[in-house]
Order: sequence, then structure tokens, then C-alpha cells
Amino acid sequence: MIRIRDLDFTYPTGEFRLRVPQLSLPPGSHAAVVGPSGSGKTTLLNLISGVLIPQAGRVWVGELEITSIEEAARRAFRLRHIGMVFQEFELLEYLTVLDNILLPYRLSRRLRLEPAVRRRAEALAARVAIADKLHRHVDCLSFGERQRVGLCRALVAEPRLVLADEPTAGLDPASKALVMEALLNDTHSRGATLVTVTHDAELLPRFDPLIDLQSFAEAIP
Amino acid sequence: MRDVLYLAWRYLAYHRSKTAVLVLSIALILYVPTGLRVLMRQARQELTARASSTPLVIGARGSPLELVLKALYAGGQNPPLLRYAEAERVARTGLAQAIPLYIRYHAQGDPIVGTTLDYFAFRGLRIEEGRQMTRLGDCVAGAEVARRRGLRPQDAILSSAENLFDVAGAYPLKMRLTGILAPTGTPDDRVIFADVKTTWVIEGLAHGHEDLGRPEAARGVLERQGGKVTGNASVIEYNEVTDDNIGSFHFHGDPAAYPITAVIAVPRDEKAATLLMGRYQSAGEPHQILRPLEVIEELLETVLTVENFVVAALVLVGATTLATAALVFLLSLRLRRREMETLVRLGASRRRIGALMASEIAAVIGTAALLAGGLTWATAAAGGDLLGRLVLH
Repeated sequence: MIRIRDLDFTYPTGEFRLRVPQLSLPPGSHAAVVGPSGSGKTTLLNLISGVLIPQAGRVWVGELEITSIEEAARRAFRLRHIGMVFQEFELLEYLTVLDNILLPYRLSRRLRLEPAVRRRAEALAARVAIADKLHRHVDCLSFGERQRVGLCRALVAEPRLVLADEPTAGLDPASKALVMEALLNDTHSRGATLVTVTHDAELLPRFDPLIDLQSFAEAIP
Repeated sequence: MRDVLYLAWRYLAYHRSKTAVLVLSIALILYVPTGLRVLMRQARQELTARASSTPLVIGARGSPLELVLKALYAGGQNPPLLRYAEAERVARTGLAQAIPLYIRYHAQGDPIVGTTLDYFAFRGLRIEEGRQMTRLGDCVAGAEVARRRGLRPQDAILSSAENLFDVAGAYPLKMRLTGILAPTGTPDDRVIFADVKTTWVIEGLAHGHEDLGRPEAARGVLERQGGKVTGNASVIEYNEVTDDNIGSFHFHGDPAAYPITAVIAVPRDEKAATLLMGRYQSAGEPHQILRPLEVIEELLETVLTVENFVVAALVLVGATTLATAALVFLLSLRLRRREMETLVRLGASRRRIGALMASEIAAVIGTAALLAGGLTWATAAAGGDLLGRLVLH
């Protein structure tokens, strides 16, 4: 599903460099990216999703080499095929919970907002226990509930790849369990690939493989 | 596009206070100059139409503008008065029809225009309900006065006391409303018409009281000298003209010396008009004769100059406010940078994000334009009435 070859990325300020000589994740795998703070975990997710483009190297998602296509095509691909969960939720305060979940459908012409999609959104919300809050604005929700909204948004379009950036950071145990169960079950049931950045050692046994960014840094002379 | 509009609508609805302030500010910027222009255009039309339909106005020397405003619109300051004899003088020349106007008193704020039946024929005024006034104390109401006050024929209209503390001043006269005029869209809709003699009764120049020759009125007799009877303060004066007491109303002195505000002169033809104007050109002449159209055009030239200054000032203020609104939009974009980044990370295209921002701005400006259009339309619809009130008060 994901292949990386000789990736070399540096931010324009030159303060950080990420190099990944080789990485391959088969479809349906549940991978966890680990490493100390500042080791480039979030940067790696952004490179896989095409938000960032490396100075050198190639990245494939499925059959598509995401590093070789134009920005507009990368955006369209991301919207259609990649679900993203952010550490700080990144919800739109002026939308209700339901509208936030359905946001990908409002941003793309190719995704059609049909009744079945609404039902899927409601089912996802029910699975993470926020079904009774669908018509509230997100600023009325707790942190845990907001992350569950973010999770539903990432899953609603049934993407082939889900990238989750510390999805359980700062959550209470109940919310953490809900989020992880939903994330793992949904991707597993659809055969989708999941790449999660996490610092939580308790969660690591549930992922395979583990991608340790520090090992890349040590391997490169 | 529907999805973009939906998102824009949700954003504006969520920030409704900020949106309302922006919409209101932009609407006012758009409305004030256009509303002013519309009002001024209507003012020009109404003032000019009325002036064009009034060939000549004669009054005492003084401000031509005050005289024309009073004689044509029953508004503005009271000009110096002239004697009724002047109307008779014009009539005697045979050059023009003379229509006297005495416009000094009010009934609950509505001007009472004392005139003759010739005025109705001259202006083409038609009684829509009831009948024409036929005797002293009768009056007819303009269409708007009747509508606003809910008047019907046979109602009573009380003239207003000019000064509550002046015991020698004009006392209220209870007049009988005999008819209501059809609407004309002119200042005639906003006044009450009475016979000029009725306005003299209001002024106290004519009055009616109990007959001191009758035995039951003896308590009111102060002195009898031959056939001359002098009454005391207990004599009952009538404040209403009725069929029973109309015979007791009488004028003191020569009516030719009674006051009027102006005379509308309707000349037979242009030559007669020129001849009549010539009679008022001598240096010692205490009266003035005016072509109202010339006076109004002079006024409009002044108003136009002022209007241009006002509009220029408004445009400057508007430009400043629009610049502030643009700054608000830019600051808003800056505050929403994180939201934009999220949309980018989710995969929204540049075009869609641009369309979202543009839709929000367009919705604000469009709503403001609609509001400004509505206000301008309302100004145009109520302009005549508004103008009338401004001139009258």
C-alpha cells in the first residue's frame, strides 16, 4: 500500500531533516510510527499524504506515486483516498458535529453527499458514542468527544488509507479506548491501511509493524 | 457550489453579530448617497411640478422663498401679511383671476388653508367623500389628513390655540368637516381647507355671540346708550358655527383690511401676466409679484450645490468605511489561517477554498446591497410624504 524509496526531506528553514531509505507497508497493515519528539513522525505522515513533498526520493500510495503528481491532483487524491486524524482535532467551530463529519463531502465534487453517506456518518457517531450530539456545535463538546468527531470525519468517506497523528493524546481512558477501537475495527473490517503516530506504549502491541524513526537516523551515516 | 454556499452560510450564521455589523455598515454606505439622491430627485420633481402649475403669486415684500413655500406648500415660516384688498385689486384689473390664501392656523398640526372655492377649481381638486363647504365654519380635509386622522364627513375639527397664555389671542373654533378630497399626491393632501372668512373667525376678526337685545341676555349688558349696547365679560361667545347661531356671526371693520398670506393670480394669458407684473415694479410698491418656478429653481440650484458637497463627503466616508471593512475581511482571513491549513490538509482545492471565501464576502456585500436597495425603494415610496413633512414642519 505504501512504499518509500530514498526519501530526503528538509524544511525550508533547514532546521530539520528526515531521511527514510526504504519503507514498505502492505495493504491492510496497522503500523505505528514511534520515535522521540522532533524525530519527524508528523512530517512523515505529511509526506505520505502529499501535504509535503520531499527534495529527493519517491513515495507511492497504492499504485500512485504521490511525489510525481501536481499539487491539485495530490489534494484530490488525499480527499478521496486518505482519511486524516489530527492531534488537535482541527474541527471547524462554526459547523455542527454532523457537518464536521461530512466535511470531506462538502469539499469535493467527486464525493456525493447522498442519504447513505448521512446514515454512515450517523452510524459512525453512534459507534463512538456521540450520536446524541450530532446537531451541536463542536465547541460544546469535551476534548474526547471532539477527537471522536475528528475520527468520524476521517472514516466517513471509507478511505483506503488512514493517517492518525497521536489520536489518543490527552484523552481520558474511556475516550482513548473508544477512539482506538473504532479506528482499528473500521480499518480492519474494510481492509484499509492505518498508520498511527503514538507515544502511548500501551497501544503498541496492537500495531504491526512499528516504524521507529530513530532507527532510520542511526542507519544513515 | 451548493456545498460551498452552505459552508459560507454556516460561517456567517455562526458569527451573526459580526456579520450583521458588516452588512449594516456596508448597506448604510451604499444607501445614504443613493437615498439622498432619490430624495433630492423627488424633491426637485415635486417642487418643480407645483411651482410650474402656479403662474403668479403676490404677497407683501419680504423673502420670496418664504412667500412661495407658504403659498404653494403651506409650509415654512410665516411671511409678512397683506390686506385682502390686494386680492380685490388684482381682480379689478381684469388681467387675472385672484385667489386669496390665508395660511396661519393649524388643527392638530395640520395647516388650515383659508381660501375661496376658486382654489378648488384652479387646482382641479375633487371631493371624493361628502360635499363641498357651503357656509362659515365648514371645512374639507386633504386625503392624507383624513386618512391619517381617520376623519369622516360630519366630524368636527378643532383649530389649535395659537398661544395658551394669550387671553386676547385666537381661540379654537370647532369646524364642521363636510368633505374629503380625492388624493392628488400634492401638498393639498396634507392640509385642511376652509373659507377665508372662517380663518378670520379663528383669528377673532369675526365672531358670534348671544343677542344682547333679548331679555334673557340682560346679565351680559354693561351699558345701553340709545340703540348702542355694550356687553360685559359674561357675554357668551360661540366657538362653533351652527345653523342656529350663524346669524349672530358678524365682522368688525372692513373685510378689505383683513389679513391674508398671499394671492394666487391666474392671468388670462402671457400678455396679461406681463402687464400684471409690470404693475408691481414701482419702487414704492409694498407688494411683490413672483413667478414661483423661478424662485424654486433658484432654491434648487443652491440645494444642488449643497447636495454635491454632501455626496462628496459621504463618498469619502464610504471609502473609509469600505477600507475598514476590507481590513476586517483580511484580518478575518488571517485569524482563519489554521482553518485554511486544515482544509488544505484534508485535500480541499485552492479553487474551493477561494470560492468559500468569495462566497462569504459576496453574501455580505450582496445582503448589504439588497438592504440598501430596499431602503432606497422605501425612500422613493415614502419620499413625497417625507418631503412634505420636512417642508411643512
